[in-house]
Amino acid sequence: MMNSTPAPTRELAPARPTWHIVLVRPETMTFLLLLFGLVGASFLSPFFLDAGYILRSFTLTAEMSIVALVLTMVVISGEIDLSPAANMALSACIFAWVQDAGVPLPIAVIVGLLAGLAMGALNAFMSIRMQLPSIIVTIGTLIFFRGLAQVIAGDRSIRVPDSFIGINNVMIAGIPLPVVIFVLVAILLGLVLGTTAVGRQIYQIGTNQQAALHAGINAKKIKVGLFLVLGLVSAAAGIMAASRLGSVRYDLVLGGELQMVLMAMLGGTYIFGGRGTILGTFLAAWLLVIVSTGMTVANLLPAIQLTVLGILLIVAIIATNFIYARTQR
Amino acid sequence: MKREPSMLVEARGISKQFGGVEVLSDVDLDLHAGEIHALLGENGAGKSTFAKILAGVHRPTRGTLKLNGSKVDVTNPIAAQKLGIALIHQEPISFPDLSIAENIVMGRQGGGLLSRVPWAKIIADARQYLDMLGVSLDVTLPMRGLSIANQQMVEIARSLASDSKLIIMDEPTAPLTPREVDTLFNIARRLREEGRTIIFISHRLEEVRMLCDRVTIFRDGAHISTQKIDDISDEDIIKLMIGRTLKKFMRKHVAEIGDIAMEVSELSRPGAFEDVSFTLRRGEIIGLGGLVGAGRTDVARALFGVEPAISGHIRINGVDAMIHTPTDAIDLGLAFVPEDRAGHGIFATLSVEHNLTAAVPGKIAPSGFISRSLEREISRKAVDDLSIRLASLRQPIAELSGGNQQKAILARWLLTEPDILILDEPTRGIDIGVKAEFYDMIGDLAEQGRAILLISSELPELLSLCDRILVMSEGRITAEIPREEATQENIMQAAVPRKGVAA
Ligand SMILES: Nc1ncnc2c1ncn2[C@@H]1O[C@H](COP(=O)(O)OP(=O)(O)OP(=O)(O)O)[C@@H](O)[C@H]1O
Ligand SMILES: [Mg+2]
Repeated sequence: MMNSTPAPTRELAPARPTWHIVLVRPETMTFLLLLFGLVGASFLSPFFLDAGYILRSFTLTAEMSIVALVLTMVVISGEIDLSPAANMALSACIFAWVQDAGVPLPIAVIVGLLAGLAMGALNAFMSIRMQLPSIIVTIGTLIFFRGLAQVIAGDRSIRVPDSFIGINNVMIAGIPLPVVIFVLVAILLGLVLGTTAVGRQIYQIGTNQQAALHAGINAKKIKVGLFLVLGLVSAAAGIMAASRLGSVRYDLVLGGELQMVLMAMLGGTYIFGGRGTILGTFLAAWLLVIVSTGMTVANLLPAIQLTVLGILLIVAIIATNFIYARTQR
Repeated sequence: MKREPSMLVEARGISKQFGGVEVLSDVDLDLHAGEIHALLGENGAGKSTFAKILAGVHRPTRGTLKLNGSKVDVTNPIAAQKLGIALIHQEPISFPDLSIAENIVMGRQGGGLLSRVPWAKIIADARQYLDMLGVSLDVTLPMRGLSIANQQMVEIARSLASDSKLIIMDEPTAPLTPREVDTLFNIARRLREEGRTIIFISHRLEEVRMLCDRVTIFRDGAHISTQKIDDISDEDIIKLMIGRTLKKFMRKHVAEIGDIAMEVSELSRPGAFEDVSFTLRRGEIIGLGGLVGAGRTDVARALFGVEPAISGHIRINGVDAMIHTPTDAIDLGLAFVPEDRAGHGIFATLSVEHNLTAAVPGKIAPSGFISRSLEREISRKAVDDLSIRLASLRQPIAELSGGNQQKAILARWLLTEPDILILDEPTRGIDIGVKAEFYDMIGDLAEQGRAILLISSELPELLSLCDRILVMSEGRITAEIPREEATQENIMQAAVPRKGVAA
């Protein structure tokens, strides 16, 4: 029963069509949700489509959104950091406290930034040098930083000088400065992650750290670098928040870490590393602002707003996992 | 004609598409009860895909399966297990944090939700299966850190533990040395006597001839032929597989042997290897033979800085080298193709392109920014050079067949243009056609003055390729055999541990 008809040699199959590649990207989902949110919100209130209103709302979370961009890179590399919000509070407290004690403003800013850098270094040391799981390490440092902030500031709020107040009122071409900074940081990090060799290596480390090691990629160095940048940027964000609020308390952006993780996840970043984009987090930051301001405009109770955000996160996680599972088959 | 043997499996018109690409088309195959059936074909011919369809990992796009005459729908691996079908995966998959014993009994049915876990029995059973396979491992240790060969043995033990009617072995012998292969074959024969059916996938024809009753050949996703093994010659098998005859590989001219490229003296890492010394010259190919667990991989990992040695010296080009990390090694002109492709080689979810260029960031991003066109050009060329079969450079590498993934990892390291190339089982899972090309390529690399250290469990590979063969046993080098004197016998003799004799 020999039936040895020579099989025709199979042509190399065509690559997947572009629309297919675009459609299975998780950012596409974020983008669609964003459009959906915009349309929905403008139904609820005709004033909503006022760009100025959206931009002003965005300044309320711009600092956290900036940090979320860096956090995205950390997550892609296979680590996590839950301490940036506490870092923001502690850096801002140190900054405010130092300048309150009479140190000139520019030096106080530098002290605040250095403090943030040191916090990043602490996380890096424990997670990377001592190889402890970063999720545990940063839950610990989250509590530690927040506690220190309370020790420094007590229950009072420390005022910052009037000349330093109001970063959110500085307009560049009609756009609030924090939003401009957010967009610029997003472009910068997007370029780093998407077009440089280091960016590529961040994905490789997050995908398979052992393989990265064997390929000569210095995973430790890159991860330490990411933690340091995250610490520094968190401090900058904390100081920006101080400028916007006019005073600093220990509970600045309390619970903000969850919102940052939410932004990354909503943007399609995979919690176990190796996948995600800056564009995704960028879109997710806007999505969150639009959803929450939309709900405020529609006079929804805060409790309901929270529920909606929770549902959004769950939907996002299910959708990204589904998409990733699909592309892997 | 004799009485028709009873059919265990009848597959009809099995086809499988992945995203519009047909990788299996209308495969018909009958498997008799109590036979060992070989499945042969080039890399990417669709062997694993077919195996996975039988085992419920993939669902066929079209076609039907009958088991013992009745139509079945194998929707998932659990269903397959219930039907008595077990698959030994080409890439061993396991739960690294669970113990070896747990991995062996994994998936076994029984026990209520709240009933106690019978640890003593699990451990005893696991021991028994491993003893059967002639492997001595502490079954209570976690899987993590096992060598590929031992991982494979655990996979095999798991399939034995599952008590299945059909056992599909997807390249089970690829990481094994002759001794383990022998044990495996004895077990396979015993299973056949018990009336079980085995599908055996391998790229080694001599194994197929030793073990199997019938062979089926796939090419480009199509069933080409099924015959009794005794009715078909090796040449015909190869012709059917690759569509042409294969030239016999002979290393044409031995390269000119030059200066010392690497000098290793008294390298030790207690528990892994002791007192390893050798010199490797430019243009030379040194083979490192030995049984699984002899410490060959550990030496390679130490040389490349993955897990550095505790004591001893490495001199590269006459200069003392400090190799603490792979990055150091790469800077010194070393390259290392690891044996554990899935764990240490590929970035499964990243594209083929990203995988190929992973070790040469400087080449694709001379300015720090990646040049997409450079990257595509380099990858294209690598894919052509090694004839890697793929749908697109942007496809995740996990979608390639096992052999093609292996070629991609080889290609990654060739791109670094290394002076010293350490290859750990580099032809694992590569088909015979490509293997011959690969041997040519290794010969060429040596001729260009590169030094090559080749770890291989395939003796013919060592014998035909190497200028000198070092044999390791229990962490020590036990013999150094020049090309002219090397035979399978004297290599194996040096490889088996000398229990009791000497220290
Ligand atoms: N999940 C997948 N998605 C897309 N294509 C796939 C997938 N799995 C396999 N393929 C393609 O199907 C073809 C057959 O692959 P398969 O793994 O069955 O080959 P094989 O015969 O086992 O080869 P090897 O000898 O290299 O192991 C290959 O071209 C491969 O790229
Ligand atoms: Mg295969």
